[in-house]
Amino acid sequence: MDILGMLSNTASWIISPTTIAYAIAAVGLSVHFGYAGLLNFGMAGFMALGAYGYAISILSFGWPWWAGILVGAGASVIFAVLLGIPTLRLRADYLAIVTIAAAEILRLLFTTMLFDEWTNSADGLGGYHDSFRAANPIPPGEYGFGPWMYNEKDWWVRIFGFVLLAIAVLIVWSLMRSPWGRVLRGIREDEDAVRALGKNVFAYKMQALIIGGVFGAMAGVVFALPSAVVPGSYVTSLTFFIWTIVLLGGAATVFGPVVGSVIFWVIMAALDNIIPALADAGILPITNIQAGVLRYIFVGVALMLIVIYRPQGIFGNKKELTFVK
Amino acid sequence: MSSNPLPTGVTPVKSTGLHVGEIAPGVKKVDPIIIADGVTRKFGGLTAVNVEHLEIPRNAITALIGPNGAGKTTLFNLLTGFDKPDTGSWTFDGKNMKGVAAYQAAKLGQVRTFQLTKALGLLTVMENMKLGAKNQVGERIFPSLFPGFWRKQEATNEVKALDLLKKFKLDTKQTDFAASLSGGQRKLLEMARALMSDPKLVMLDEPMAGVNPALTQSLLEHILNLKQEGMTVLFVEHDMHMVRHIADWVVVMAMGEVVAEGPPDEVMRNQKVIDAYLGSHQDVDLGVVTGRVKGKMDPEAKKMAEEVEHLDQAINASEKGDN
Amino acid sequence: MPTAQIQTARKTLSPRVAVGLLLTFVSLAFALFGGMSSAHADEVGAEYEYAFSGNVQYQDKPVEGVKISVSGNGYDAETVTDAEGKWKIGVPEKEKYTITMDESTLPDGVIVAEGGSSVEAEFGLSGKKSVNFFLGQGERVVVSFSDQLIARFFDGINFGLMLALAAIGVSLVFGTTGLSNFAQAEMVTFGALAGLFFSTVLQLPILLALLLAVVASGAFGWSLDAGIWKPLRKKGIGLVQMMIVSIGLSLALRYVFLFFVGGSTLQLEGAGDAKFQIFGPISLAMSDIISMVISIVVLAGVGFWLLRTRIGKATRAISDNASLASSSGIDVDGVIRIVWILSGALAGLAGILWAYFRPGIKWDMGGQILLLIFAAVTLGGLGTAFGALVGSIIIGVMVEVSSLFIPADIKYIGALLVLILVLLVRPQGILGRKERIG
Repeated sequence: MDILGMLSNTASWIISPTTIAYAIAAVGLSVHFGYAGLLNFGMAGFMALGAYGYAISILSFGWPWWAGILVGAGASVIFAVLLGIPTLRLRADYLAIVTIAAAEILRLLFTTMLFDEWTNSADGLGGYHDSFRAANPIPPGEYGFGPWMYNEKDWWVRIFGFVLLAIAVLIVWSLMRSPWGRVLRGIREDEDAVRALGKNVFAYKMQALIIGGVFGAMAGVVFALPSAVVPGSYVTSLTFFIWTIVLLGGAATVFGPVVGSVIFWVIMAALDNIIPALADAGILPITNIQAGVLRYIFVGVALMLIVIYRPQGIFGNKKELTFVK
Repeated sequence: MSSNPLPTGVTPVKSTGLHVGEIAPGVKKVDPIIIADGVTRKFGGLTAVNVEHLEIPRNAITALIGPNGAGKTTLFNLLTGFDKPDTGSWTFDGKNMKGVAAYQAAKLGQVRTFQLTKALGLLTVMENMKLGAKNQVGERIFPSLFPGFWRKQEATNEVKALDLLKKFKLDTKQTDFAASLSGGQRKLLEMARALMSDPKLVMLDEPMAGVNPALTQSLLEHILNLKQEGMTVLFVEHDMHMVRHIADWVVVMAMGEVVAEGPPDEVMRNQKVIDAYLGSHQDVDLGVVTGRVKGKMDPEAKKMAEEVEHLDQAINASEKGDN
Repeated sequence: MPTAQIQTARKTLSPRVAVGLLLTFVSLAFALFGGMSSAHADEVGAEYEYAFSGNVQYQDKPVEGVKISVSGNGYDAETVTDAEGKWKIGVPEKEKYTITMDESTLPDGVIVAEGGSSVEAEFGLSGKKSVNFFLGQGERVVVSFSDQLIARFFDGINFGLMLALAAIGVSLVFGTTGLSNFAQAEMVTFGALAGLFFSTVLQLPILLALLLAVVASGAFGWSLDAGIWKPLRKKGIGLVQMMIVSIGLSLALRYVFLFFVGGSTLQLEGAGDAKFQIFGPISLAMSDIISMVISIVVLAGVGFWLLRTRIGKATRAISDNASLASSSGIDVDGVIRIVWILSGALAGLAGILWAYFRPGIKWDMGGQILLLIFAAVTLGGLGTAFGALVGSIIIGVMVEVSSLFIPADIKYIGALLVLILVLLVRPQGILGRKERIG
């Protein structure tokens, strides 16, 4: 077994674009669920809007990369408003069902042959990298050390992702120590009490939905930056993985979602390396395909165990428990 | 009636001469703060509230009493914008409140508390208080990002909150999570929090429920103080002795309608009230029955307690049925 | 659309997307490396820089000799697919062209099932463009719109009845415990897989195997309650936490299924049988008829159970008011256990029937209809069993009928939109009672 190769492979996931993208989405979801108590199960939809908004703006309209990002953000704001108007006044679990349904509608619309001209249907979109890469200030070459050796393009994606993540974290940190965040935490616990104190609960929830949604779209952009946009990525499982990350790190914490994403992907990468190796070596009596599936079973079990035994997450404070009974 | 164990330390100054003309349900008031007309609310086939005309006097303490299911809390919810009536309209401080949302009503100076206390347990006592303050710029999304906009205001609010907390003897708990407070302390916190917004009208839904006898004393004083400070109080209560003790005016509801109103002593003698509310149990001390006042439960009282419990269940069941 | 109008639509023998219809498959790689296929024997217009290409397959096998033509911008060309089912036509300009598949050159009983035999195609960024045709089982006949409508409506009822089996389980569990059970999807899949296990691995006669599968599904429901949900209720875990636990469970089970059966589609004995005409435009396979009869009988049985039996009445009482029910001496835990067993068995049965309806068994088949089940339950009114039945039939009919007007690959969208609209306009559903504030 190539232990060193496996370690290096696993370590590289600490700063992979996927890890960063999931972290940004998780920060967005922490605004929704952790601070505002909104059960958004449509994060995959917000991410799809970011990714497709970016790719379609560039491919179909020839706009520059930054305009693509703005389009993605704008689309997620509209999506959040459309979702929020009917559901934010209703019971919390209704929002869960509506958001999951809306995200699926988006995925079906991106998959259908009907809009093939723009979305390339199930095949997805690729080849939109030129504009973003042209803006790369890093001179060509290989940089880094150990498992983290990348060329200038890979670094540019990572650094840009980091910047977006840092902005998201900074915004959440500033918001949540402010009186605005206090109102939001009050709403999470008992919105009638906050309403009785003269706060427009609906507006606060809507603002939270929009902020988290825009973060979701940014996550979609970062997710799309290094590779391609394929509708099959934006399934409900994606949303559930982000939920696992948020609950793992601590939903009502600023850095929990970020650390959660790193832990999640490092463990996933480690399992992806170790289990097939064990299967190859004949230690585990399973096929290689089964070895690849096993880690997803662990995700599901982990999600259950976290929610039951440590709902506040690794970094969360039990007293600040998000789940209101 | 039986022995009266109520605190005697407070000597409330009763406001009198609140009404104009003959005392009857819907009587005009000299200076009303709320005027309601034809307010009805139905749940399925059940008429929860059907108030033809009701005026609440300003700068006085008005008690809203009636048996369980009489529609008191529903009327509260309607007046505060937490529920929408099927018909009718009302004004608060001269402003038409039709279609006014709950948070707007609160902003206009009409704050309420809840029957089941809604202290925000995961916020500290001080955070709870600061949440009650009005017009904090930092509660708007963009200024909230820059502490420069709201730090000063936050400090002012803190001073005000401390002052109120001292009055309510909660100042030593300010950094504790509200969840760690006792039931009675949460009631006090809820009231103190409501006062952070300098309201004109304070609406208390069963402020005494679940409060231990040691605290009732200070709660009563606080309610009386509100009047002295120029506020109007409207509260829902079951305990006749407390109502008699502090209320200037009593409104009696039964089956969703206002069946009687007047100064406490006169209302207590009203046959309609006795029929509707006390039933055949006028000799029973309600304070004892409801468990809020310690006393001996005679067989009559026990029987009534059972009946009340029975009625409670039936009403809860029918309310659930509306869900 | 006037019903008398005759359409040149095709009467598909099995109108579902997944039904034995495989798309004309063109890999992305093929499009990207289109230049490599210049070795094509039948390539037309190889002198041009731009080219359309495709790969015609039916049921995973290449179809040879299918005539494909391209026209537009004053250019016409045609070719036939080679032994590997591949074709490629070069065109002079990077413009929009119409590409037509000559259906008469397809094998008997095969048609272009979705999207029509003639499509317009345009190039993206590259000079290569792949064109897909969806092939399906069917015959080229002319069917009037009203006949199609009736046929689809009937299919919809069948689909709706099947949904109802799964939806009533969700609704009963929600009513008695307040849990929105996402793992219901996997309970559906479990039933189908259990049927497969008993019939192919243990080689039992199919009817016995399916009966055992339903029993096993009920046992599965019981074990979920005993192993997970009852302890969690005892622990006093909140409803939102429980819902997320059910999502975790759903994920875990889904991948456990994938682990054991792999990603391919498997068939139960008798699935995909030939259909025969019942009357008018309605033709059904034997399995469809049995499926409908079973659904109706079982649903009637559940209705009888809820309305007439002591435990059924207790179930409804708990849904109305759990604490009152418990204080009046109803064994709430016992009833909830029965509800889980029933919910598991009904979901398992739905899975089996759906395995015939699709047809095929896949590891994530339950997940594909989970949102339709939720839509049905919400439409009918959360927690009301009869609402779930009504909601399911409406959703089933809507999904099938809407595919007459919108492309089949987005036919589920209508149901999802209904879900959202219902929550917007009448959140308590059709049969639910209005919620009360305060």
